[in-house]
Amino acid sequence: MAKYHNRAQAVAALVRDTEVHKDCYIDEEIFDLEMAHLFANTWVYVGHASQVPKVGDFYTTTVGTQPVVMVRHTDQSVRVLYNRCPHKGVQVAPEGCGNTGKFFRCPYHAWTFRTDGKLLSIPLKKGYDNTGLENCEASHGMVPVGAVQVHRDFVFCRLNPEGVGFDEFFGDSLSTLDNMVDRSPEGKLEVAGGVMRYMHHCNWKMLVDNQTDTCHPMVAHESSAGTAVKVWNDAPPGTPKPMAVELFAPFMSPYEFFENMGIRVWDNGHGHTGVSDSIHADYSAVPGYMEQMVAAYGEERAKAILGDVRHNTVYFPNIMVKGPIQTLRVFKPIAADKTLVESWTFRLVGAPDLLLERTLMYNRLINAPTSVVGHDDLEMYERAQTALHSRGSQWINVARLYDPAEVNQTNVVTNGTNEMQMRSQMRAWVKFMTATMPTEAAQ
Amino acid sequence: MSTPTNQQLIDFVVAEASLLDELRFDDWLALFTEDGRYWMPLAHGQTDPRLHASLMFEDKLLLKVRIERLHGARTFSQQPTSRCHHLLQQPVVTARDDAAGTYTCRTAFHYVESRRDTQTLYAGWATHTLVWQDGALRIQLKRVDLVNCDAAFGNIQLFM
Repeated sequence: MAKYHNRAQAVAALVRDTEVHKDCYIDEEIFDLEMAHLFANTWVYVGHASQVPKVGDFYTTTVGTQPVVMVRHTDQSVRVLYNRCPHKGVQVAPEGCGNTGKFFRCPYHAWTFRTDGKLLSIPLKKGYDNTGLENCEASHGMVPVGAVQVHRDFVFCRLNPEGVGFDEFFGDSLSTLDNMVDRSPEGKLEVAGGVMRYMHHCNWKMLVDNQTDTCHPMVAHESSAGTAVKVWNDAPPGTPKPMAVELFAPFMSPYEFFENMGIRVWDNGHGHTGVSDSIHADYSAVPGYMEQMVAAYGEERAKAILGDVRHNTVYFPNIMVKGPIQTLRVFKPIAADKTLVESWTFRLVGAPDLLLERTLMYNRLINAPTSVVGHDDLEMYERAQTALHSRGSQWINVARLYDPAEVNQTNVVTNGTNEMQMRSQMRAWVKFMTATMPTEAAQ
Repeated sequence: MSTPTNQQLIDFVVAEASLLDELRFDDWLALFTEDGRYWMPLAHGQTDPRLHASLMFEDKLLLKVRIERLHGARTFSQQPTSRCHHLLQQPVVTARDDAAGTYTCRTAFHYVESRRDTQTLYAGWATHTLVWQDGALRIQLKRVDLVNCDAAFGNIQLFM
């Protein structure tokens, strides 16, 4: 018998003020409900408009577990369609990216669709005369997702046609994406350098939780960042500090550093670490870049843009953005215990190549399947995924610096080791899990 | 001054893989020149290690960090440790320049990395750029191209 299906109260009971039930991370029924509700009611990242610059360019991906295709329509707008032929259910656009011209053509029976999804033609169409095809679902073509919104080239969609509005959902949190874009002297980003893909045998929320977990770097990453610092300390005096050491070393900052850098918690599960300082604050200047920024924005504004050194911004449910490093990570849910992590990198259009080189080095050192920092983290996630099945305890603890008054507060700036962001994510989780779920009383 | 024979080049590549299989990582690192690099491209036929992502593009300092980390008391992803196994096809000497003292070998391989109950098979080609220094061969660049270089991998913790 289903424990959670159509039982909004049972789902809500999984999240307490300072505890989260293990079923949120290991239960397959909960995972299916997340795909049906949470990933349909929220605005989920699809891709970047620079991946589809020309009419007919497409990029296939998933929203939750739903296969979709993002495509540049003939009117230049970006559309997001379910990537499924209405005829026999075949995936229409192949995996990856390409250009489909003015229409999609299903590879099985050559039904064609405009890039807004509308059915264009069927071979031997007269075979459908007087069959009532116009009343069939198939006549609608490839179905668009519920809603699409593009914010400064970042494409988000909501699968459900009705629900929370884009601006209401994100609120002030879009300032992190804005800051990343503003770091280009031309105010423009391009996806660049390929995508790093890393398979994790753990629940997707473990990765989301980890992004604002500031009490783990000096512990879990002692093995990697700590060793990097140790090896560097043995280098002969006067050796120029390599970029790699500059990227690794701040992970070993003491607790006080992370406490003082602060966390900002917005509404709907969005929030970021690094309010007043961060591990990205002290990188070497890139020759010529500041001059370009001053020329583009004026000195005061340029300094304000580059002085905003936010660490990790979580856009609930499943992406994290680093403005100062120009990366965006997507935590793609595959199963309750399986997550594909994609780490995307961006070129600041008009800025020196050295910035992209640093971005790619960071991605390689921290986010690759060959990354020692990645190994540290994944070991913890996989140990948790296994041990959460223990009958010894039922709950995960998120009580650190809990204040009962926080529950209805938004846009809070607090101690950088506060677990308030994790609590806020799970409050949002309940909200968007149950928004479209009948309550017991209504059944 | 002597120059290495093709057989010496081939023997070097085979011996290099053996050091990894024997987990003699410090001895393995000593095979690299001071400016040596280990490169695992992320894209098929990749030519640029700087402005395109790679799985690894590491100098001796970063390789040393990896090796020291493997033995660390708090390296939890190596508790228990990983082991590895190389199965090499006969290396082929693809270029030799005795005047410059640089040589290139290409070697098809199957590589298995195992930890606990999981073992994962990888297949690819290793390209060694070797230099003849003071009567000995050293690695200037070891390039590892996996046949599925752009796949979503789990942890790869040792060296191919």
